[in-house]
Amino acid sequence: MATHRISLTVNGSTELLDVPSQMTLLQMLRDKLALTGTKNGCSAGECGACTVLLDGEPVNSCLVLAVECQGASVVTVEGLAKDGVLDPIQETIVDHGGVQCGFCTPGMLISSRALLDRNPDPSEDDIREALVGNLCRCTGYNRIVDAVQDSARRQAGKA
Amino acid sequence: MSINPHPELPEFDYIRPASLAEASQFLAQHAGHARPLSGGTDIFVRMRDGIWHDQYLVDVKHLDGTNDLTFTPTGLTIGAGVNMNRIIASPEVQQHYPLLAQACRRVASYQLRTRATVVGNICNASPAGDSIGACIAFGGTLKVHGLNGFRDEPLQGFCLSPGKTRLQPGDIVTAVHLPPPPPGSAGTYLKLGRNTWGDLAIVGVTVLAAPDPTAASGYRFRILLASVAPIPLEAVAAQEALAATPLGEPAFKEAARLAAQACSPIDDVRGSARYRKAMVRKHTQLALLQTWQKLTR
Repeated sequence: MATHRISLTVNGSTELLDVPSQMTLLQMLRDKLALTGTKNGCSAGECGACTVLLDGEPVNSCLVLAVECQGASVVTVEGLAKDGVLDPIQETIVDHGGVQCGFCTPGMLISSRALLDRNPDPSEDDIREALVGNLCRCTGYNRIVDAVQDSARRQAGKA
Repeated sequence: MSINPHPELPEFDYIRPASLAEASQFLAQHAGHARPLSGGTDIFVRMRDGIWHDQYLVDVKHLDGTNDLTFTPTGLTIGAGVNMNRIIASPEVQQHYPLLAQACRRVASYQLRTRATVVGNICNASPAGDSIGACIAFGGTLKVHGLNGFRDEPLQGFCLSPGKTRLQPGDIVTAVHLPPPPPGSAGTYLKLGRNTWGDLAIVGVTVLAAPDPTAASGYRFRILLASVAPIPLEAVAAQEALAATPLGEPAFKEAARLAAQACSPIDDVRGSARYRKAMVRKHTQLALLQTWQKLTR
């Protein structure tokens, strides 16, 4: 079994790790770096609970090998807040009660952050399409969609 | 029987070759035990499910040119490593090949499409592949690197059966090339899934049409059907009917009937064969009508 030494940035910190070929980015984050905010839902790219940003774009971390992340920059839910201040999308998801059991929330937040980064003024349809790959079995999605819309409004207000 | 909801990937060795020549050599030497890796969105799921047991995955997405998306007067070249979100966002694709962007947009979810590639979709040779129909309709060819260097393979006839293609050991598809779209062309991809977004196709219908003075009707149509035959199915009789008869709703209705007649779907978890045939008829008629509206507006 081959192991590979990789270096990458996770939430702004440089990490040097030895990873076996078959270790996924998800396993590396949870088991090697103890970043357990990223969840393992389906292991098949369906549920989005494991969504993280890889070089600024959201990916299902269960479908990316750790070794493929050599030189990459990864942001997990733990990296959204800066200096103890929540990201605007975190604030609005709290304000709108877009969380019930919370299992989907880290992936939801990452997908929403990525959407707002590429489209600061999304329509409701844009939001629902961007969150297709994030399944939530509690909320019925409406409060999450409201939170993303509100976050976009607040960001526009600050700009 | 117990089901493990979180199966891990089985052991394998990740290989990152320095060149396409090295990659082809390695794949040929380990034929049957090695597989080229691009986005991995199909490979990892199959390995986790215990369907594939490859000893080596050979990462080909960083090799010469495989990450390029280029549009020139000779057409569009999509490198094997180009993900579907890049294709959807490309102004050139939106302007010249909107059908391809529409088809890619119907694949799974945004975060899956950050990894998923069109070349991977083609090589996976699933009858449900959403983007294969558009690539065939545009007359696509594959650029393949094998033990004897580069060659071109027509996309038509490339898929042989579910998961099986014309590729030989050592072959790596490095790009798919689409010639310039026919002048005045318009297309539509309609997909029926169990959900509006995100699911695999129960039925997928690709239609591309363009004015053609050599056709009696004045137009030439291509119709490709997904998920209703072992390979992406071209509805030839329907295409011929549309070239021969005056166009309008009756012609589209008849072509849709011929398309449904041509397909040979199976019953599976997503839908019955009977339902699929009915849905091919409905969606083909709708796709033809929508394409016609785009052509004549």
